[in-house]
Amino acid sequence: MIESVVGYLYVASAILFVLALKWMSEVKTARRGNWAGSLGMLIAIAATMIAFKVQRTDLVIIAIAVGSLIGVPLALKLPMTAVPQRTAMSHAFGALAVALVGTAEYYHRIPQISNFAMIVLTAEMILGFLTFTGSTVAFLKLQEIIPGKPFIYRGRNFVIGTVVAVIAVMAAGLIINPNNHFFLPVLIAAALVFGLLLVMGIGGADMPTVIAILNAYAGLSAAALGFVLDNQLLIVAGTLDGASGFILAILMCKAMNRSFVNVLFGGFGATASQGVIATGDVKPINIEDVYLMLEAASSVTFVPGYGMAVSQAQQVLRELGELLEKNGAEVLYGIHPVAGRMPGHMNVLLAEANVPYDQLIEAELINPKMPTTDVCVVIGANDVVNPAAKEDKTSPLWGMPIIEVDKSRTVIVLKRSMNPGFAGIENPLFFKDNTRMLFGDAKASIQALISEFRSG
Amino acid sequence: MHDNVVPVSINLLIFLLSAFLGLGLIKKVSKLLHTPLMSLTNAISSVSVVAALIVMAEPKNILILTLATIAVALAATNVISGFMITERILRMFKKDNGGKIK
Repeated sequence: MIESVVGYLYVASAILFVLALKWMSEVKTARRGNWAGSLGMLIAIAATMIAFKVQRTDLVIIAIAVGSLIGVPLALKLPMTAVPQRTAMSHAFGALAVALVGTAEYYHRIPQISNFAMIVLTAEMILGFLTFTGSTVAFLKLQEIIPGKPFIYRGRNFVIGTVVAVIAVMAAGLIINPNNHFFLPVLIAAALVFGLLLVMGIGGADMPTVIAILNAYAGLSAAALGFVLDNQLLIVAGTLDGASGFILAILMCKAMNRSFVNVLFGGFGATASQGVIATGDVKPINIEDVYLMLEAASSVTFVPGYGMAVSQAQQVLRELGELLEKNGAEVLYGIHPVAGRMPGHMNVLLAEANVPYDQLIEAELINPKMPTTDVCVVIGANDVVNPAAKEDKTSPLWGMPIIEVDKSRTVIVLKRSMNPGFAGIENPLFFKDNTRMLFGDAKASIQALISEFRSG
Repeated sequence: MHDNVVPVSINLLIFLLSAFLGLGLIKKVSKLLHTPLMSLTNAISSVSVVAALIVMAEPKNILILTLATIAVALAATNVISGFMITERILRMFKKDNGGKIK
């Protein structure tokens, strides 16, 4: 009796999870979606606690207390610039949880374990453990505990190939005879090393794609665990998460004109600089002239990148935007899908700075407006505005959709100094006739512009 | 309770239908919301906390109990921080400058 009640409660949870995603589609209903998801989770946990009489409630309480002690301060105090790190960490936690339950389930069932269960369980553990170390490396890179540069060495693909071979042999051994339990620790170790090696080779600018791929893996491993435990709610929730990561990964790859394989094994940015090295004279500009230009402009578009987050310029940028609006200009923000360190990162940072979200315009929609835009201001973005993607077939960026700031009447690039951007690629934008370079810290420059407006 | 009572084919059907449903729904999500989408789906998939609790219900030995308890703590962290941070992020999205000191 109680079992069937729990079954229906799980159905209610699954429906709430689906509604959560449906309502997430637009800003108006998104918060309702989050509440639906929370309610679904509450129902699922309560139903489970009642149906499966967990003996060690003391341990459950301790575990949930630990989770709250880490989770609550993390959610309330975390600066929005650090959201990519938290996301990487949550993929690590989620994947490890799933992998540990899979491991526990293996030891629980041995020696009675069907072939099918063993295949799924093996896949689930491999995915879970590699996502755990992969996401941990992503977290360390984003937090800048280890260098964000791709870690590339001779024979990288050979080393990774060897680890994959070890994983394959151990997996086959376990599936053929699940009682070969000494294979399991080796399999786990190899999967952990694989995740580590994979993400070590990936650079900071590729993080949006990598985070999305790890998201898909984490979701799929949860779904696989659902198959093993015969828990349909877990299959639904894991698959929804996996589908989301998968779609985001495709969008990120499209936004960079690259394939999954290329992101994971390419070691982008570490290769000796290919492509035509743009040369020419850059035309520096001072604050006063920028002020005069902006003052006269009737349409201004800001194009932010990760550099905006680094110099914490989003608040002052919004202030400048408001001053320009008061001055009669139309102010928009052009958002490239891979600007920042995770999908949607720039939108969150600007929303936090109180920029109205209807001013945040995605790349495809802002590009047609470029020829009629008076001034484009590029703040801490580089590759996403690099015209080499359209002009230079030998450029590693060739074919990547960009925000075509060079089509606007004037481009002002805020830049610390003349170094190549994150992917280490020269940017011919800096040498265009309609480009002016405003050197210095982005935040300080914008602040100076604000005081010009206030005194002018 | 760990024996498969539902045929694999039914689970496969559930998986495929969820995949199609998920792909359809996620495609419609505004690009504005991709960051909170990630934190939301991550929190939802941490329903694996349920699986960890089920394994904890009748552990055969201390190793299984330990692994499951750690899993509950990890998944609970995700559930709590995931939904809370999604709420915090979504509260930031406003349509106009209303309510701000000018």
